[in-house]
Amino acid sequence: MGKVVVVTSGKGGVGKTTSTAALGAAVAKTGKKVALVDFDVGLRNLDLIMGAERRVVFDLVNVIQGTAKLSQALIRDKRVETLFLLPASQTRDKDALTEEGVGEVIEKLRSVFDYVFCDSPAGIERGAQLAMRFADEAVIVTNPEVSSVRDSDRIIGLLDARTMRAEHGEHIAKHVLVTRYDAARAARGEMLSIDDVLEILSVPLLGIIPESQDVLRASNLGSPVTLSEPLNAAAKAYLESARRLEGEDLPVVVPFERKGFLDRLLGRRAA
Amino acid sequence: MSILDLFKRRTSAPVARERLQVLLAYERRSRGQPDLVSILREEILAVIAKHVQIDQDYLQVSMDRGETMSTLEIDIQIPNKSAVPLAMAG
Repeated sequence: MGKVVVVTSGKGGVGKTTSTAALGAAVAKTGKKVALVDFDVGLRNLDLIMGAERRVVFDLVNVIQGTAKLSQALIRDKRVETLFLLPASQTRDKDALTEEGVGEVIEKLRSVFDYVFCDSPAGIERGAQLAMRFADEAVIVTNPEVSSVRDSDRIIGLLDARTMRAEHGEHIAKHVLVTRYDAARAARGEMLSIDDVLEILSVPLLGIIPESQDVLRASNLGSPVTLSEPLNAAAKAYLESARRLEGEDLPVVVPFERKGFLDRLLGRRAA
Repeated sequence: MSILDLFKRRTSAPVARERLQVLLAYERRSRGQPDLVSILREEILAVIAKHVQIDQDYLQVSMDRGETMSTLEIDIQIPNKSAVPLAMAG
């Protein structure tokens, strides 16, 4: 039986979809069978980040409504053959997803794949709650910034109350993934530190993804950063996070800023 | 950023941490409890409905949370037409 991991955050724009793609691709590269499920009905984007936007024929809602089979809707990645995508629908009907329908799809995926990553929509409404409903584990994507941390705290509360596991008195493993970490700003005391975030949320750390132009570049090209630029600092951080997710005990190193005095005066940013 | 700014700048991260800690301590306490405002709204509406006919849109209940004290504001509008007390009418 595979593991179902929800990638969630509460706040939008913190990097849920990017992280789903990067982590999923990283796990799939090790040979594990991985399915990425986009739960952002109406505003799907995981297909775009994965570079599969022109290959979408059927979607999650089609499968739930029975107009397509799961095998027809799953899109196999062109780079990693054990990586699959189940796109979200573009329908504006918010009730297109039913709890029973989602449950059935997740159970089928769980029986075929080693990992099922559910990319949650932003917010705490129905879509976000359905994305986390059947999860065994949760990756909470957080930026070191007040509103993101507050929303993460809210999401942690929901994970502990509204998931199937929580309702059955079972434990749901939670991990914080800090993204868009700017070492220079943290060093100047302008950004919440990793310790601050962990102390406030009291959830173990999965990894720290440094702010990087290459992540945006990877999105532009439609490729998870862990596939297109695996040697980049952000990609390395994602690859290590994926290994921790699989249970490996790897220490987390907080990125630090190597900056000359001149760079600091001129406000240059390290890549 | 000028050189002067480097000396002037006070770090903002500790302020952020403190504000978050205070806020989240409060939010976590109130989490899981049923929404007080909507319960009050329903019960107040039920009490008033016993005596006066009012539309539920005319009842506004809001809670303003302060640091040491919170204010509960209840605004009930009774349109003159329907303001005939049931007790009198009956």
